Amino acid sequence: MSNTFTLDGKEIPFQDGQTVIQAALDAGVYIPHLCHHPDFPPHGSCKLCTVKINGRQTASCTMKAQAGMVVESNIDELNDERRALTQMLFVEGNHFCPSCEKSGNCQLQATAYQLHMLTPHFDHFYPNRPVDASHPDYLLDTNRCILCSLCVRASRDVDGKNVFALGGRGIKTHLLVNAKSHRLGDTDFSGEDKAANVCPVGVILKKRQGFAVPIGQRTFDIKPASEYVDSRMPTKEV
Amino acid sequence: MHSAYIDPILERYGHNPTKLMQILREMQEHFGYIHSDAIDHLVARLGILRTQVESVAGFYEFFYLHPPGRYRILFSDNITDRMLGNMDLLEQMCRQLWIEHGKVSEDGLVSVDTTSCTGMCDQGPALLVNGRTVTRLTMDRVEVICELVRNEIPLEQWPAEFFQVEENIRRKDVLLGSEFQPGAALRAAFALGPQALIDEVKTANLRGRGGAGFTTGLKWEGCRNAPGQAHYVVCNADEGEPGTFKDRVLLASYADRVFEGMTLCGYAIGAQLGMLYLRGEYRYLLEPLQAVLENRRRANLLGGNILGQAGFDFDIEIHLGAGAYICGEESALIESLEGKRGTPRNRPPFPVTHGYLNQPTVVNNVETFAAGTLIAERGGAWYAGLGTGKSAGTKLLSVSGDCTQPGIYEYPFGVTVAQVLEDCGAVNSQAVQVSGPSGVCVSAAEFERRIAFEDIPTAGAFMVFDHSRDMFEVARNFVQFFAHESCGFCTPCRVGTSLLRNLMDKLHNGHGSPYDFEEIKRLNVLLQSMSHCGLGHSACNPVLDTIAKFGPAYEKRLQHRDFTPAFDLDWALAPARRSTGRDDSAAHLHDEAIGEQP
Amino acid sequence: MSASTKPKLKVATTSLAGCFGCHMSFLDIDERLFELVEHIEFDRSPLTDIKHVGPCDIGLIEGGLCNAENVHVLREFRRQCKVLIAVGACAINGGLPAQRNPIPLPMILEEVYHTSPGLHNGLIPNDPELPLPLNQVHPIHEVVKVDYFMPGCPPSGDTIWKVLTDLLAGKEPVLPHELLHYD
Ligand SMILES: Cc1cc2nc3c(=O)[nH]c(=O)nc-3n(C[C@H](O)[C@H](O)[C@H](O)COP(=O)(O)O)c2cc1C
Ligand code: SF4
Ligand code: SF4
Ligand code: SF4
Ligand code: FES
Repeated sequence: MSNTFTLDGKEIPFQDGQTVIQAALDAGVYIPHLCHHPDFPPHGSCKLCTVKINGRQTASCTMKAQAGMVVESNIDELNDERRALTQMLFVEGNHFCPSCEKSGNCQLQATAYQLHMLTPHFDHFYPNRPVDASHPDYLLDTNRCILCSLCVRASRDVDGKNVFALGGRGIKTHLLVNAKSHRLGDTDFSGEDKAANVCPVGVILKKRQGFAVPIGQRTFDIKPASEYVDSRMPTKEV
Repeated sequence: MHSAYIDPILERYGHNPTKLMQILREMQEHFGYIHSDAIDHLVARLGILRTQVESVAGFYEFFYLHPPGRYRILFSDNITDRMLGNMDLLEQMCRQLWIEHGKVSEDGLVSVDTTSCTGMCDQGPALLVNGRTVTRLTMDRVEVICELVRNEIPLEQWPAEFFQVEENIRRKDVLLGSEFQPGAALRAAFALGPQALIDEVKTANLRGRGGAGFTTGLKWEGCRNAPGQAHYVVCNADEGEPGTFKDRVLLASYADRVFEGMTLCGYAIGAQLGMLYLRGEYRYLLEPLQAVLENRRRANLLGGNILGQAGFDFDIEIHLGAGAYICGEESALIESLEGKRGTPRNRPPFPVTHGYLNQPTVVNNVETFAAGTLIAERGGAWYAGLGTGKSAGTKLLSVSGDCTQPGIYEYPFGVTVAQVLEDCGAVNSQAVQVSGPSGVCVSAAEFERRIAFEDIPTAGAFMVFDHSRDMFEVARNFVQFFAHESCGFCTPCRVGTSLLRNLMDKLHNGHGSPYDFEEIKRLNVLLQSMSHCGLGHSACNPVLDTIAKFGPAYEKRLQHRDFTPAFDLDWALAPARRSTGRDDSAAHLHDEAIGEQP
Repeated sequence: MSASTKPKLKVATTSLAGCFGCHMSFLDIDERLFELVEHIEFDRSPLTDIKHVGPCDIGLIEGGLCNAENVHVLREFRRQCKVLIAVGACAINGGLPAQRNPIPLPMILEEVYHTSPGLHNGLIPNDPELPLPLNQVHPIHEVVKVDYFMPGCPPSGDTIWKVLTDLLAGKEPVLPHELLHYD
């Protein structure tokens, strides 16, 4: 039996157990998201993917699709709030895009473009966060961490290494590295790891690779985040 | 060196990693903080990760990964403590001990800081020293404490009256006023059988006393019917909502009722284990409660074949929290019980089907379980006849603030705010914050409203403010509370509560303009609609309520017509003035009205 | 844009804690500058050398706030300009200069004037003629109300052109995806 719900008036098919965002992305419809990743179980922390379901706001990455749901996503009210969340992520950390190697390939930045963010709007926190260059091949610049836990999930679920975790609480929540020294260089992290390639922003960066692709040819120079929906989706497994 | 004290602890907890919170607490009680080498030892012995230990320890306020001072002093910082002058006392203590608020003294002797409400609002100002509660602080008491600290007198030798916690029960009704024979409710329940017991609880229309007011009978039934390898009973004694202290009194003087209520629930849902999640601030209740449990085991009210009921085995463990309000939220509480960070889970599924260790679990408030014993003893119909139509039974209120008789008041549901104010000796009252910062602020015009699920639901807090109080400052204290207690999981609450706190501070510091007022309103909407759990959803309540009801308290803070920076520009030049030794007029920036052209 | 008899809009520009890159980018609008000056005239700007800004329609601010003088200039612009626009990354989030923010200012001065090679035992300059640095660099919206933002490091000539022409036409400026960049 084919199940469907409507998303901004469009009929979206889904399979049992799929979340709203999975079904939407499979159908080629973009819903902004940062902590969702097709290869990992949902986390539900960034709240960018919030939609209105039957009039109530809820994160579409943790909400299972149900037949007949009426979902609104691309509406001003939600996009305004999503933009505010994005601005919060910018002022919470230290995001200086011109000097960031991730620029142009960064999902936070691309999402901000998508939401037409022209200014971080809020007062900046300018937190004092560490940069860890101890690993021979990788740099860890936590100034840009948005606490999406993708590296945590990847290292735990795919790599079986548990290199990363989130520590602290509240506004002091921060990335932890599994070493007594707290240095990435003292863990078994390697460039082969899934965790090395999953960070949506410019925290986990390969050394000596910076700015390899010229401006104009980077991922989100070519087309906006909303147009990557299909190619980013994994092959469906039922 | 660390193995000597850690190994016996691990032994006692069966090397069970889900007991990590309790293990860390005992380690810290022994060593003063959680040493990095001690973590190595835990990692080796429990087969867990270093990050697991660090992420858990870093989440809870009462765990220390660095030496916090041999005397760790935390002043309770609820608004009621502030109204009783806690900040002056704190400053006095810092002056006398020559330390900076929030820093450890250079000799590692002492640190002084603030913490969220410690549940002593009827006998504040209060503080915690190395986890022990000191009540009724005065300047004299602070002076003596400084002396004791300087002379490094062990806590056991401090004057006993410092640690005295009063019950202050001012009004008793059926729960607090009835005699209770331990075992009576259980015998009645055994005569009924599990399903009939649940039916009685349903007939009684008992609703949860922890705030949300879910129907208890349905919760028990749902859990009983949920498939699982084991079922669990959890008693929520986190009591973190500022201004609430009735669970403390129930646990101190009515523990048998609470434990018997948990046992009833265990019987009803088919559980063998109950867990009491006791907030870390109530550490001093641990030994007395364990003694009660021991008595109950001896009387066969716990253990195997309870009171001869063949096949009904049930026991109760106590888990201490470690300073995190969010652990009162039931799914965060369960995470914490499992030895993890107290992050609220994605729901559904709910604990009734997927709770502790993913098994069906009932989580109820202390008072809910206590009320359950009355229902078992005297029947659901009798209980349903008390209170109002939709709110059966009685409710304990924790009354504090501007009144002569703060303490615990038990009323049938339906009592008016005015009645409570009269009974507690409150005069000239301006407002009452019912159910704590996440509840509602009731203004004088609404004092005829009723405490009941139909009108003003409450988890129990009842903080009174007379006309001398600035309701803006009340809201600001609550916003600080939420910012401090946000678990940090979701963006809107993690960042939004801090932004809101900064904006309220901006108004407080005299930099406010209508622009900031609009910002505050916008953030509140965002918190409410985007947050992951109840903390974020309700973090905006105190501000929205006070804006609606005490608008002038805000308006007088909007001292500027045009946007003004949140910080003082002249202050921002001070470090450079110091470094250069300059003090000429160009070395200053003065406030100026930055008139915008029409 | 059609030439009109409407009075020209007065535009002022300045660079606070910026690198003049945004101003260079302004010049990148190339021959369209001629078209622009049909509609606008410049008040205070590095392009005119006028020292104090008079009443203006539009103020363009490059750079964030690093010192007391930046604050004076920004306040003057806010007083005099009907519309204030933050131009470029530094005006919008502090940019490169703000990367000093997590470090306490006295430590920075110490490092620069005492510790680093070449200036060994140098004195921290205390000439009253020199503007005193703020303890942190701030984007301009944290100090005055800002009406529009043009991100980019620098925003391209096309971006500047688009925003200005939208404003001249009395429209809310909108940047299409290809003109919206933070770098
Ligand atoms: C942020 C937050 C804090 C909470 N704190 C408590 C608490 O301290 N005690 C409590 O019993 N319930 C608390 N709750 C409610 C619990 O999640 C849960 O609803 C309650 O324990 C269920 O028991 P009841 O049905 O007996 O009320 C809190 C909820 C939230 C969202
Ligand atoms: S991580 Fe993304 S948003 Fe942050 S500085 Fe880098 S490119 Fe910009
Ligand atoms: S390092 Fe990257 S992947 Fe990991 S939590 Fe931070 S932002 Fe997410
Ligand atoms: S709303 Fe606040 S407390 Fe709740 S999950 Fe989000 S950050 Fe944590
Ligand atoms: S993508 Fe759904 S909360 Fe982050």
